[in-house]
Amino acid sequence: MWIRSTMTYRFSFVMTLLSNAVANFFDFVVILMMFTHVRGLGGFSFAEVAFLYGTTGTAFGLADLAIGQVGKVGRRVRDGTLDTLLVRPVPVLAQVAADRFALRRLGRVTQGLLVLVWSLVVLDGVEWTPLKVAMVPLMTLTGALIFGSLMTAGAAFQFWAQDGAEVANSFTYGGNTLLQYPPSVFAGDLVRGVVYVVPLAFVNWVPALYVLGRDAPAGLPSWAAFAPPLVAAVCVAAAGLAWRAGLRSYRSTGS
Amino acid sequence: MRLYLAVLSGGFRRHATYRMATAAGVFTNTVFGFVLAFTYTALWEERPRLGGYDLPEALAYVWLGQALLAACSLMGGGFEDELIERIRTGDIAVDLHRPADLQAWWLAADLGRAAFQLLGRGAVPMAVGACAFDLALPEHPLTWPAFLVSVALGVVVSFAVWFLVALSVFWLMDGAGVVQVAWLSGLFFSGMLLPLTVFPGGLGEVARMLPWASMLQVPADVFLEKRTGWGLLEAYAFQAGWALVLLGAGRLLQAVATRRVVVQGG
Repeated sequence: MWIRSTMTYRFSFVMTLLSNAVANFFDFVVILMMFTHVRGLGGFSFAEVAFLYGTTGTAFGLADLAIGQVGKVGRRVRDGTLDTLLVRPVPVLAQVAADRFALRRLGRVTQGLLVLVWSLVVLDGVEWTPLKVAMVPLMTLTGALIFGSLMTAGAAFQFWAQDGAEVANSFTYGGNTLLQYPPSVFAGDLVRGVVYVVPLAFVNWVPALYVLGRDAPAGLPSWAAFAPPLVAAVCVAAAGLAWRAGLRSYRSTGS
Repeated sequence: MRLYLAVLSGGFRRHATYRMATAAGVFTNTVFGFVLAFTYTALWEERPRLGGYDLPEALAYVWLGQALLAACSLMGGGFEDELIERIRTGDIAVDLHRPADLQAWWLAADLGRAAFQLLGRGAVPMAVGACAFDLALPEHPLTWPAFLVSVALGVVVSFAVWFLVALSVFWLMDGAGVVQVAWLSGLFFSGMLLPLTVFPGGLGEVARMLPWASMLQVPADVFLEKRTGWGLLEAYAFQAGWALVLLGAGRLLQAVATRRVVVQGG
């Protein structure tokens, strides 16, 4: 239904679809412009940074497409319209995610995928093994689950902090920006934070560095490259619990 | 005039009410400031004096960007959503009957909002940035007021752009597309992602001439004392010039658009 409603304003839809792809593309243009001035960033070549960019961009895009709307739940909590969703026989989370489903978010995934494929073409010096080949699609999926969990947890947080949507954005959008660059760029404490506290590093840094044949960040053992499915499962479970706790604490507005 | 001053202070107080949203915004600006500051450090260590800035200046630029993001509505989030909604639903007809000018009314409200955002969402990230990194701060005390004038002009240019964007809804009915294109342009051409002085060749020259340069690049250069004396006057003239052109265009569009309004009776 939301797809049909979007299509009513065709000009606007085309513009949003394009600008969504361009939005991410500008991030990439920045990296391109940086590399017109330098040969490497934090010891990483352009192709390697593009690989990091493509993997996080695709994972983020997939999560955003599936569940990105959940961040808008704060508004429904504020004005009390969440009530309508509570009485319907469909899980609230599914309803919130489908509410105003925005097809234009396809632009983000497409652009992430394009850079990812392109980086695979220009990457040289990677010794591809079947395991490494399998790692690429796997990490975009587990990465999407981790991002999706963060979005859900952020939305759950809004049941208490009614207009705190931006805090969640700093982990999701901010995390996406962070993961576009190699960990060697950042201070050790920040890297340890996204490995051990908010496990963003498992979206792409940990598996991607394994594919690129580099050491894992923050002193992780090399087998950690295979941990992302486990980390994603834990994140999904934690986000589910947070969402249920949030939903239970919801009180409608009265007037 | 008293009316518009009241609208201005109303805009300030209205945004000051959302304390949680402000705190969340400060948090986000600070997180992004850190991420950008590290990437800039990596870049400037490879290429010292890139774009005419040394590392402390480049770092100051990062935090200025975070401080001005909300004030200059580089990514939107100012008044435009509300104005678009009023145009879409037809409430605008009521506004047009008020004994106040539409553009001036929204400008006053937006100036109030920007003043609050500069204090509420600008000062704290800037202070955090200055504690965590070695930033270049103005040496001359008069640079601070000069900087604030430049920011004020930047806010007016930003308002004028968003006003045009909002009025386009009279024709398009759905504002989502234009709004998105506008915030993208704002993000890219203001120099938010990378200073415009680092943009290569022709792209850089064009970007530095566009109105968005008034919203971050010019105020930042005033702050970093790259624009002093005649250069400062030139910077002001550049900003004021765009403000006048765009406000004039908004006025023209407003006149055409209001002729389109049909009030539905019932």
